[in-house]
Amino acid sequence: MKKLLALVLTLAMVAAMFTMAASAEEPITITVGMMGPETGPYAIYGNGAAYGAMVAVDEINAAGGKYQFVFLHEDDQGDPELAKNAYNTMMDQGMQIVLGAVTSGACMAVAEIGNEERVFCLTPSASNDLVPESGDQIFQICFTDSNQGVASAKWVAENRPEAKVGIIYNNAQDYSMGIYTAFKTTAAELGVNVVAESAFSDDTAADFSVQVAAMKDAGVDFVFLPIYYTPAVGIMTQAASASYAPEYFGVDGMDGVLGVEGLNVDLVQGVKMLTAFDATSTAPGVAEFVAAFGEKFDASSMNQFSADAYDGMYVLLEALTKADVTADDTAEDICEKLVAVMPELTYSGITGEMTWAADGTVSKSPIAVEISGTEYVSAK
Amino acid sequence: MKKKTLRSYISSFGLVIAAYAFCMFYMNNGMSRTLKGQLIPICSYVVMALSLNLVVGISGELSLGHAGFMSVGAFSGVIVSGWMLNGLAIESESLRLLCALVGGGLCAGVAGFLIGIPVLRLRGDYLAIVTLAFGEIIKSVINCVWVSVDGSKLAFAFNSNNVPGKILINGPQGAVKVDKIATFTGGFLLVLFALLVIMNLVHSHTGRAIMASRDNRIAAESVGISVMKYKTIAFVTSAVLAGMAGALYGLSISTFAPSKFDFNQSINVLVFIVLGGIGNLVGGMISATVLTILPEKLRAFNDYRMLAYAVVLILVMIATNSRSVKNFVSSLTAPLKKARKGDAEHA
Repeated sequence: MKKLLALVLTLAMVAAMFTMAASAEEPITITVGMMGPETGPYAIYGNGAAYGAMVAVDEINAAGGKYQFVFLHEDDQGDPELAKNAYNTMMDQGMQIVLGAVTSGACMAVAEIGNEERVFCLTPSASNDLVPESGDQIFQICFTDSNQGVASAKWVAENRPEAKVGIIYNNAQDYSMGIYTAFKTTAAELGVNVVAESAFSDDTAADFSVQVAAMKDAGVDFVFLPIYYTPAVGIMTQAASASYAPEYFGVDGMDGVLGVEGLNVDLVQGVKMLTAFDATSTAPGVAEFVAAFGEKFDASSMNQFSADAYDGMYVLLEALTKADVTADDTAEDICEKLVAVMPELTYSGITGEMTWAADGTVSKSPIAVEISGTEYVSAK
Repeated sequence: MKKKTLRSYISSFGLVIAAYAFCMFYMNNGMSRTLKGQLIPICSYVVMALSLNLVVGISGELSLGHAGFMSVGAFSGVIVSGWMLNGLAIESESLRLLCALVGGGLCAGVAGFLIGIPVLRLRGDYLAIVTLAFGEIIKSVINCVWVSVDGSKLAFAFNSNNVPGKILINGPQGAVKVDKIATFTGGFLLVLFALLVIMNLVHSHTGRAIMASRDNRIAAESVGISVMKYKTIAFVTSAVLAGMAGALYGLSISTFAPSKFDFNQSINVLVFIVLGGIGNLVGGMISATVLTILPEKLRAFNDYRMLAYAVVLILVMIATNSRSVKNFVSSLTAPLKKARKGDAEHA
């Protein structure tokens, strides 16, 4: 009896969905797919991005505009092979536009197939410099790794000209290496005094005593950390226990550090970072996004990737509207139309104002923030 | 050739050829895109399973670093193919694929030989741990390598990205912008080649010496078999095949990182052959195929995907080891065996 009741209710719900869809003025449904690491060590990034996109999709669909989205997301564990599988799986399910992939290697593999098959790709967070080169139909929401390195070096040259700078980077990760290389080149040009460098890899990311000692011995008073926040917390903890307290400066991978479970907040006071998204900002839309995210998902799973993906969905909506995509357009038609309008688009979202070059790179300015208490304030 | 040997040749090759023919037919008749995209990686994993079976099953040494040889093959295959295209302007895709497979196999073979010298002096658990270490060393070394092709020359750099021209290997990012020239037919031919090499080896004098060293080292040595030599032959042959599998894999995807070929990957391949039955070539091939497709088929489980995968693995292990299932299978094949026995008696 219970089963029958459940069945009837389900059918009623399905019927209601159809009637609701029919009563609107023939909206055009676009299927968007995202592939990102939803399991494994990078799961926080893939989940963060998927949740962010879902918040945007729900808002857009509830507003009932001309375009309605169906959002698919599949796990790729950050692996190009699995990303390709995820892409194919979602193509079987009718995907028309890719909002992904979340990580760079996976994104390059997907964007290249997308380029061959003419499927438009907009990646929220694949920041590697080679990503836009994978095809003419791949556009980025985040700034590239080298942009971040250059911007960080400029900030140091302007604000800390006297500092003895040290760098701790992950030499087994393209993200870290990309920023590190660009930072070093620009720092040399601008006369920043880099006195120590020390590398680690994912396999040795449990103990940082060697790196911390190298910084301390060289008399470094300003440590640049072009890495994700998990190893960064490890470095800060070990430095603190060696009673060494330099100034820390991170990049967008540092964003999310306040969400670390059981974090001693004193440890990260005064840590500075370049980021595109500041959850405590008073900029329009940010507070609404944070609230909407908190209602649907665990607020601690929100990070910059969520904000990038949220903006990504709205950029897609804007581009679809501008390109006037119709219901008859195939994925291929949509791709050509969007590629044509993207360089003309300007979108002001929660990660700042964005414009795009024809090659797919975004132009937006990272902001330097500093942790004060449990909030970000403008860095000095 | 003995009748039994001939039969095992026919059944193994027949299975592979039938699977290929089925895929070619199914490909144009409603095969899903996911499966189509997985065909080449499946060929590559099948060859990996065959090659590891040679070490673990035939030679009886537990190797936990097999992904390292796959990695060497994948990166050297990409270098060979990229150099031929950009440096020597050789356009022919099949020629480049062939050269990349040979190049990848040779490089992995050299690595296998060098690693084999210290590794094969050890036994059992110690050997397993040392192979694991070498797998990790290969991964870490490739993380620090930059390779580019400048004009007709190749440029190498260690721990520095200062290489001129078109970059082929970009340090921790691995191979970038690979020209995808691997084909399913190429993969199928590679599987046949690997099967031919291993079956010929097993049924030769060398193969019997390898198995004798496995079954009783002291007895084998007492009849004048150089255990070290035969174990090295098995290990190097296996490394060459793993390198070729790697080259095929590398040329089927536009980018891959050295971290792809880590300890987990080695264990994955080991799981293929344990599930297929250690030393059972056909079983290894089947389980490599099934276990590559399975995670994709389980996408419907969403968050519980990896959990479901683990549960399936456990169930299969229990089922294949359960007495009642075994009895059931043998009751099915009993008439077949009886017929064969009759054959043998008549012959």
